[in-house]
Amino acid sequence: MDREDVKLEQPLAAGGPTLAHRRHAPPLYGVMAEFENPTDLVAAARRVYSLGYRRINGYSPYPIEELSEAIGFTHTSLPLIVFIGGVIGGLSGFFMQYWIEVINYPLNVGGKPFNSWPAFIPITFEMTVLFAAFSAVLGMLVLNKLPQPYHPVFNAPNFALATRDRFFLAIEANDPKFNHAEVVELLKSLDALEVNDVEV
Amino acid sequence: MDEAQKPYTEGPMHSTAPVIDPGLTFASVTDKISSIVLKRKTSLAWFFGFAISFALFQLMMLAITNLLFVGIGVWGVNVPVAWGIDILNFVWWIGIGHAGTLISAILLLLRQRWRTSINRFAEAMTLFAVAQAGMYPIFHLGRPWLMYWLFPYPNTMGIWPQFRSPLMWDVFAVSTYATVSAMFWFVGLIPDFATLRDRARSKPFQILYGMLAMGWRGSARHWHRYEMAYLLLAGLATPLVLSVHTIVSFDFAVGIIPGWHATIFPPYFVAGAIYAGFAMVLLLTIPLRRFYGLEGFITMRHMHNMAKVMLATGLIVGYGYMMEAFFGWYSGNKYERFMIWNRMHGPYSLYYWALILCNIITPQFLWSKKIRSNLLALWIISFIVSIGMWLERFVIVVTSLHRDYLPSSWGMYQPTVWDWSMFIGTIGFFFTLLFLFIRFLPMISIFEMRTILPEAEVEE
Repeated sequence: MDREDVKLEQPLAAGGPTLAHRRHAPPLYGVMAEFENPTDLVAAARRVYSLGYRRINGYSPYPIEELSEAIGFTHTSLPLIVFIGGVIGGLSGFFMQYWIEVINYPLNVGGKPFNSWPAFIPITFEMTVLFAAFSAVLGMLVLNKLPQPYHPVFNAPNFALATRDRFFLAIEANDPKFNHAEVVELLKSLDALEVNDVEV
Repeated sequence: MDEAQKPYTEGPMHSTAPVIDPGLTFASVTDKISSIVLKRKTSLAWFFGFAISFALFQLMMLAITNLLFVGIGVWGVNVPVAWGIDILNFVWWIGIGHAGTLISAILLLLRQRWRTSINRFAEAMTLFAVAQAGMYPIFHLGRPWLMYWLFPYPNTMGIWPQFRSPLMWDVFAVSTYATVSAMFWFVGLIPDFATLRDRARSKPFQILYGMLAMGWRGSARHWHRYEMAYLLLAGLATPLVLSVHTIVSFDFAVGIIPGWHATIFPPYFVAGAIYAGFAMVLLLTIPLRRFYGLEGFITMRHMHNMAKVMLATGLIVGYGYMMEAFFGWYSGNKYERFMIWNRMHGPYSLYYWALILCNIITPQFLWSKKIRSNLLALWIISFIVSIGMWLERFVIVVTSLHRDYLPSSWGMYQPTVWDWSMFIGTIGFFFTLLFLFIRFLPMISIFEMRTILPEAEVEE
């Protein structure tokens, strides 16, 4: 499973040690920078990643291949999950028919052998596809931890535009390198339209 | 950046028209498509169309109620023609559905990016057509309330379904197809639900779309897995759609009825399904894009491409008809020869020649670029092809059954008013669902449209 990611998206526990200077403010999720176009976002993400920040995430209105590469997220175990789902579906499809037609309820149909496996292939195939498709959809949702009605990034100003025409980059407060002042300074230097704190 | 990823605006292959209006931006694409659902006042024409469809849908409910009360005898089916227009309509509807999967899955794998503006609509069409198709075999059972006997579940009778029968394959194929199509459609909608959630102004819609979006926030990690899931689903749906119509053709081809027992059936059925499906997509998108002003999204490129797919599959279907006749003659089998002769000259010969006219002669007009550019002509041709595909299934189902081996068991088949009510009713149900869809869901995939805009490129 995508272990690294599970850790990454965990919001910071209230009052983390690096936030001593914000003791009276609400706990911080991270700092969010807003960009006008995908090029600026990807360039900023690459820069932030190269400086050693790892608990970062980009937000965009459509999938940007370069962006997930830029934040160092290139591996997902989804294909493996789908493969396993398909194999389970295929085997259960075939052996369900085998058990029924050979062991539990054998009937002589036109003198065909009880294990007339070619006739079992269509359902085996359909079950393979069905299980694999369920694995793909449920696997994607589970790995993405959806449904998740509340998430701190929705607190960021203008974040509703992340589903329209704006691009966002967040450095999360639980990054080991996170220092509030430095991070704000860094993001401001990267052509961001706006840089804002995001509360948990 | 390789050739396939370039936004389709120009190039020698695409000299006819761009795939998207070059003046559009992220903001205008988002606002234009979401405003159809959220802002635009529901027009009188919508209510009018919905009312007619809904009335016809009630006709279906009436036909089903009558069928359940009186029994299968209200339909015109009887020995020897035990499969009438009800099985024909099952095949017709499910064939129509196949174009949606072809557009959304196969064209995605082939990197045909023009599919982007029509895939959502075509997938909805698939789902609604499969819903109609699924009803026919169930109500054809005679005792439809026992339809769950088709599924293998441990029961007190100690019996199991017979998996050597193509009819059981059909149960699994169609239910898998309906499930996978619904999932594919829903996954495609998730980011657009988020867009609608963030654009909606009224609380109920914010909550409704918010729940459907499941908290989607466009995170790069989410997109990465999402794209993978979408690609894998497309890869799974591609063989699935081919298998479904193959299995539908097995319903016939595994039988020993003259004219059915032929190896050409699977490819010929699949081509026919795509043919009928593209005709239906054209039939629906031509008025729709006009009515909702979507010419910038669904351009003439789409019309040309769909017309070409229709022409190509029409030629394959034509080849199928020729081969059927050839096999009938070349088999040297007197029953097969009689079957072909009976189709061409028997009591149902009018259907056969009308089929040739609709499905082979009519699409030949699509060779002309001028006709492909004329939307009215295209719409009429699509309409004729839809009728032609219905006639094809009539010819296959009825002419083979009504005169098989024993002249003593020959008979004629006449659909009753209840057969027609059911058919017209399912058309009403189909359009009812379609009207609700275009009113409450984005009929064009918003997030995928953003990806084909020139500004979507990351400049290095």
